[in-house]
Amino acid sequence: MIEFARNVRLWFTPAQIREEGGTPDYRFSLANERTFLAWLRTALALIGGGFAVDQFLPDLRWAWRAGLALALLGAGVLCSLRAVNHWMRCERAMRRGEDLPVSRFPALLSIVVAVVAVAMVVVVLAGWEG
Amino acid sequence: MNADAGQERDPGLQPERTRLAWRRTTLASTVVAVLAAKTALHGSVSAAGIIACALCCALWLGFLLVAHRRIGALASSDSPPALTPRHATAAVLCTVALAACGAALVL
Repeated sequence: MIEFARNVRLWFTPAQIREEGGTPDYRFSLANERTFLAWLRTALALIGGGFAVDQFLPDLRWAWRAGLALALLGAGVLCSLRAVNHWMRCERAMRRGEDLPVSRFPALLSIVVAVVAVAMVVVVLAGWEG
Repeated sequence: MNADAGQERDPGLQPERTRLAWRRTTLASTVVAVLAAKTALHGSVSAAGIIACALCCALWLGFLLVAHRRIGALASSDSPPALTPRHATAAVLCTVALAACGAALVL
């Protein structure tokens, strides 16, 4: 948690990151940036999914609909925050010449998406019957 | 493209790919903004809905601005500077704020 707070401080003080280590090959930085953007798109897709659940499943009971939409929106927020955090950690590791950080977030996210998908199937089937 | 890009051109086209990644991400945020507008203006139009819609449009514009600046920086030199944390944070904050608007609209 302290580590995370320190990272958050780094988000807003770009000069600090430039002081550490050496500047890596610009292509590595660009690749890191594209990975960050891919995660940001994933986050945007989750947020869009939240809006879509709210808009395009009007037959669901309100609690289910709002719950699923909020879960997707929350996952999107988490995903985007994690995107910038991971980008920062990778950038710093490259500057210091360390190994890139590992993360269990992709596994977590895929499990959550799978659970939400199964929940959607159940909810849609139950909602259409009832 | 600038004139001296020919001599030291990166065969992997990294700046171009990064530019397209920004474009794709902007497109994704456009889709989200459109969905948000649809949610906000669905059914009876209320003042809160219009405010939320305007906020989402502003956030989308903010994201567009960040992407535009970054694309400009990418095109400016042969070995473009790395993304600054401020830009990355701005892009993420736009995304998070869109989600917050969404939560407000859903509830």
